[in-house]
Amino acid sequence: MITLSHFIVLGAVLFCIAVAGIFINRKNVIVLLMSIELMLLAVNINFVAFSRFSGDVAGQVFVFFILTVAAAETAIGLAILTLLFRNRSTINIAEIDSMKG
Amino acid sequence: MSAQLLQLICFYAFGAVAVASALMVITLRNSVHAVLSLVLTFFSVASIWLLAQAEFLAIALIVVYVGAVMVLFLFVVMMLDINLERMREGFIKYLPVGIIVAAVMLVEMLALIGVRAMHVMTMGPDPAAAAGMSNTAWLGQALYTRFLLPFEIAALILTVGLIAAVVLTLRHKPLTRRQNPGDQVRVSNRDRVRVVKMDAERPQESES
Repeated sequence: MITLSHFIVLGAVLFCIAVAGIFINRKNVIVLLMSIELMLLAVNINFVAFSRFSGDVAGQVFVFFILTVAAAETAIGLAILTLLFRNRSTINIAEIDSMKG
Repeated sequence: MSAQLLQLICFYAFGAVAVASALMVITLRNSVHAVLSLVLTFFSVASIWLLAQAEFLAIALIVVYVGAVMVLFLFVVMMLDINLERMREGFIKYLPVGIIVAAVMLVEMLALIGVRAMHVMTMGPDPAAAAGMSNTAWLGQALYTRFLLPFEIAALILTVGLIAAVVLTLRHKPLTRRQNPGDQVRVSNRDRVRVVKMDAERPQESES
């Protein structure tokens, strides 16, 4: 019998994995972007589960909007990444410090 | 009862695959392999959404995310020539911190949100089926009535994202010749033709 807590625990585990990924992959912007995608996915699992268990459509509609915003964010993030690599020939965060005060 | 047991087994199987591939995303050395693991994570989560009868979102996740966003990721990862060894610096150094933070966060979250209280909530009948329609119709009816304005704004956000991505990566090479419509419209006849006033001249009569 699947209960609400199954979904919530899965979402929490995926979210914490994404947080750990941000901590341990500090140098690689691509893995950081993928960790953000993973976080959004974990939140979406919670939205779908609550929508299903409370019978309200708003949760699933919100997942739809989160997917939209995440797609736009990925497109712009990757465009910035490409631009950064073209100008600095690195995507190492430690070397991207030209805006340091 | 056996159908519910089968559902539970499927949930655990897909959940285990999702967690394992998410761990692979953050630990794999090769970025291309990490992107492919993320694709596997999305697939497993889409299967879990199917178990929750959210069919439209599950298929949208596969089509939009795996089909478009992850392929874009893959393009960028393969296009950039990344020094993998330099990227791994600090991995071991930050590993304990990352694990500790993630574990503490997980324990806190599970303790705070009251997982035990939610454990009594079992999956009832499908709300879309109870309303007498499919999941897609259920979602679409809400999307085009109650959420029409947010839906339009989402379209606007996608357009802005598209234009921003194009403008950011657009590059003018100095050697290529391009049309500039503004210059073409602004041009006047004086820039093109110069009228010189002068007296009429007769051709010199040739000798003999």
